Amino acid sequence: MCGIVGLFLKDPELEPQLGAMLAAMLGTLCDRGPDSAGFAVYGRAASGAIKLTVRGPRDYDFTALLRTIDPSGALPAPVVRDTHLVLTIREEDEMAAREEIAAIPELALVGSGRRMEIFKEIGRPDHVAQQFGLGTMTGTHAIGHTRMATESAVTTDGAHPFTTGTDQCLVHNGSLSNHNGLRRDLMRHGFSFQTDNDTEVAAAFMSWKMREGASLDQALSSSLVALDGFYTFVVGTETGFGVLRDPIACKPAVMAETDSWVAFGTEYRALVDLPGIDTANVWEPAPAKTYLWERH
Amino acid sequence: MRMVDLSQTTLRELNAALHRLTPDTNERYWRVLNPRGQHAIAAGLDAPATIEIEGHVGYYCAGMNKEATIVVNGSAGQGVAENMMSGRVHVKGDASQAAGATGCGGLLVIDGNASARCGISMKGIDIVVKGSVGHMSAFMGQAGNLVVLGDAGEALGDSIYEARLFVRGNVVSLGADCVEKELGENHKAELRKLLAAAGLNGAVEPASFRRYGSARKLYHFHFDNAGSY
Repeated sequence: MCGIVGLFLKDPELEPQLGAMLAAMLGTLCDRGPDSAGFAVYGRAASGAIKLTVRGPRDYDFTALLRTIDPSGALPAPVVRDTHLVLTIREEDEMAAREEIAAIPELALVGSGRRMEIFKEIGRPDHVAQQFGLGTMTGTHAIGHTRMATESAVTTDGAHPFTTGTDQCLVHNGSLSNHNGLRRDLMRHGFSFQTDNDTEVAAAFMSWKMREGASLDQALSSSLVALDGFYTFVVGTETGFGVLRDPIACKPAVMAETDSWVAFGTEYRALVDLPGIDTANVWEPAPAKTYLWERH
Repeated sequence: MRMVDLSQTTLRELNAALHRLTPDTNERYWRVLNPRGQHAIAAGLDAPATIEIEGHVGYYCAGMNKEATIVVNGSAGQGVAENMMSGRVHVKGDASQAAGATGCGGLLVIDGNASARCGISMKGIDIVVKGSVGHMSAFMGQAGNLVVLGDAGEALGDSIYEARLFVRGNVVSLGADCVEKELGENHKAELRKLLAAAGLNGAVEPASFRRYGSARKLYHFHFDNAGSY
């Protein structure tokens, strides 16, 4: 099971409604993944700045962290959404901030990017979306996931999306069978892992490929060779998103497109409230073929 | 005519009403509005009624159909008309995976494309796809006819028994024990009948198809084939 949704807006007038549109899509797929949910939203970028999304335990007080990272209070006000904190810092301060976050064992860095914010928690997807206020978020594109856990435990760390690098993240429907071997290989290439989760390995694999110079398209294509198992991936990037299904196309996937948006859903049901869906071009993505949408 | 709006009526209420139909029913024409991709719409019918669905449907639409005629004015999710026994199902758009799976009888017509595993384990159903079919179509097909006006994906007819496959376009590859066979006059006559039933009377030349079927080498265990099982 598991459910994936993705929404890419072509019409800037829809941007204020991005979160509300995605929340409706995610809510529909609760029954495909009631264990946990997560989403990545690509909002506005500030020049020379980077956003870090940090997750803490419930009711965690982020004051101490903020005091070390921004002692003078000069940075844009951080945004707390339920268990997550979104920090906007200067690009040159990123490494120092990462070290401060890593020094506090209760905290986890969920994602980083000029535009990307990632939120994920255990619980019913519609509740999770509400806790984080997804309905009020704005931006150009977003991807989300509802998880029915099979390969590893129901934990917040095991919730998707998994970040694959700056402004990049991955959601997955399916399960991989060679993730343990691949995890060991990637550890030899210097990657570290927070969970036993198969998708985290797929995310690290793509990060590794792109670190070696592959494009997103190439990284997705090379996972067709390296990953054994079944999967539909949706990858979010700073300017768009990509879709890949395994060669056997075990996992369902539907796409729809109008002049105003492109949407992905594990099932068509997730897309039915989108404006203009009745006249949208609706199709099933072909197996072993990468689809990329970019906004320039 | 009965009109059922699924934004007002639950799917269970609709299906329960359809299941109550008897062979001598007078409620022979139904229209279903706002299907919104819901699953198992008009599944399990056993009466000579016509159900027209206005929009895209989810999984298993018209599954196990007997006697009824079901028309989808849109596309269908996985397993449309799966295990159909008789009657007719017509999808005006595309169909997702496993269309007509395990079908024992009746006719399934898909105006667009059908994706992977169309007609998997078919047991007597006739399927006419006006577009193309995806990989592993008619996998382990036992009986019935699969007619494809477009192309077929990888491993067509893998481990096939006695289903007959007719493809007009390109076949990416044939599956294990599936071979091309001669298209005889009896096959052309059968094709002509199926095409007419699918509303293509005289529009498509039966001789333009190629026929595929079982080489019958994997039917029974034979030690020489141990590696192929």
